[in-house]
Amino acid sequence: MTFHLDPYLCRASVIHRLDPRIKVVLTLAYLLAMALTPHGAWPVYVLLLSLVAVATILSELGVKFVLGRALVALPFTLAALPLAFTVEGRPWIHLPLGVVTLTATDAGVERLVSVAVRSWGSVAAVIVLTGSTPFPQLLVAMRALRLPRLLVSIVGLMWRYLFVLVDEAARLLRARAARSGGRGQRHTGGSLMWRAHVTGSLVGTLFLRAFNRADRIYAAMVARGYDGEVRTLPLPPLNAAAWTTLTLGLALLGMLVALGVLFWG
Amino acid sequence: MLFSPVPMHIPDGFLSVAVAAALWAVSLIVVGYALRRVNAEIGERQVPLMGVLAACIFAGQMLNFSVTGGTSGHLMGAALATIVLGPWAGILVMTCVVGVQALVFQDGGLLALGANIFNMGIVGVAVAHFAYRTARALWGAKPGGVVISGFVAGWLSIFVASLACALQLALSGTSPANVAVPAMGGIHALIGIGEGLITAGALAFLRAVRPDLLAQGAARRTGDKVVWVAGLGVAALLVTASPLASAHPDGLEWVAEQHGFLSAAQEPLYAIIPDYVVPGVPNEALATILAGLVGLVLVFGAALVVAYTRRQREETFSR
Repeated sequence: MTFHLDPYLCRASVIHRLDPRIKVVLTLAYLLAMALTPHGAWPVYVLLLSLVAVATILSELGVKFVLGRALVALPFTLAALPLAFTVEGRPWIHLPLGVVTLTATDAGVERLVSVAVRSWGSVAAVIVLTGSTPFPQLLVAMRALRLPRLLVSIVGLMWRYLFVLVDEAARLLRARAARSGGRGQRHTGGSLMWRAHVTGSLVGTLFLRAFNRADRIYAAMVARGYDGEVRTLPLPPLNAAAWTTLTLGLALLGMLVALGVLFWG
Repeated sequence: MLFSPVPMHIPDGFLSVAVAAALWAVSLIVVGYALRRVNAEIGERQVPLMGVLAACIFAGQMLNFSVTGGTSGHLMGAALATIVLGPWAGILVMTCVVGVQALVFQDGGLLALGANIFNMGIVGVAVAHFAYRTARALWGAKPGGVVISGFVAGWLSIFVASLACALQLALSGTSPANVAVPAMGGIHALIGIGEGLITAGALAFLRAVRPDLLAQGAARRTGDKVVWVAGLGVAALLVTASPLASAHPDGLEWVAEQHGFLSAAQEPLYAIIPDYVVPGVPNEALATILAGLVGLVLVFGAALVVAYTRRQREETFSR
């Protein structure tokens, strides 16, 4: 079992070279714009989606890669599915389901499709961000956004050991598979309680190993002069091009939201 | 999907801006306080210990067991982290796990991250703490006490967190309460059994191998009446509010519309543009077509730019 965890793809695109702080702020602004655009403001949604498409193309990550991975949020759209039938509006489609007939209204379908488009565009924007920015640079951006420094340090250390512990968990799973008889995925031995107990022991083992590893890491950090203070390099200043990109991007998104609210609010 | 088996991570686009912003504010305050509390408790060991254990819970979510017919039981980890590390450290660990899941796997959105931290980190941890402490007290020193309390804490933390998630969706107007609450609650009442069983199994293992660790955790939790009360309050509130909201979905919808971020600004805007149609553009369909054309030009332009810069780069390489 191998797991590819890091979403970063190394390219030399314009988006990759952009300052991580600018990228994070623009992505957040994009998500906000998506959330603020009223339901059914289709022209604004089309423009917002084409913005994320432009970012995808410029980032050279591959349109198929980004838009395909963005489908992960789609199953959650099921939660919004009842909207089509419960929001009041003009009846649009009748779905005969045995004894009951579901009636979808135009307002309901409009809201459902809006939610789906929003979530798809938002996920694609985050994929472009994480695909074009190495994780340590995202941490720099988090610091610039004034998230608590201790929290950023903890997330940084978590990222450093994530791969180690995922490998550890994969080894535990392999050891269990090696010691278990089974006939394919569906048929497994033992009672349900027994299987749950074995898995619980795996989790406990993983936890103990992580706990001991944390102690060793702490000792190693102290040996290298760690005194509880996490010191980081000062953030480099933003250049003129970065400021221009930020201003233009924010202005464009603001304009689109204003357009949506004015004409479809 | 591999890393977050519990379908409770709200993606972006599902929460209204007001709900998302409010929950971000609550989460930031609670997490900031938790940082201070844990720092006061374990000081400079905080960064390595919390970081590695967050990675551990993240990786632990891969461990599963088959239940029946291709379905499997998984771990979310809030209950285990709370029981072994104490509630404040549990909040920190779950915050890091949920945050990295959102950033790396798009499990849950970034605007919705505040809500996801609130549900899985804060509600999940507070409820697990309350359930575990109460069950331990009821069971006394009987041998199976730790294991059964672990099961109860695991199950209740998942169930109550899912109710919180359903109510937030209803409050945002993305899922009617009379569908969201029974659906989310029902699914997670089942998923919670897997969580409870794994948590109980892990506690049984830890009690056999490192009883001192569990005792340490119990000692560290003294003076955390606040979290116990918060857990009780949250559990009681959500368990009673959910059926009520479910029975009167229109009430919640009404609240959502009254307090919606945009609805406040709507009235005057209607006055400015009475027909709400783009000036110069006869109808909405034409506006959509125009927007589509502009989008096409943008996308085509970007493709041209990329093709051009690539060719330039290749030429410089070949020279």
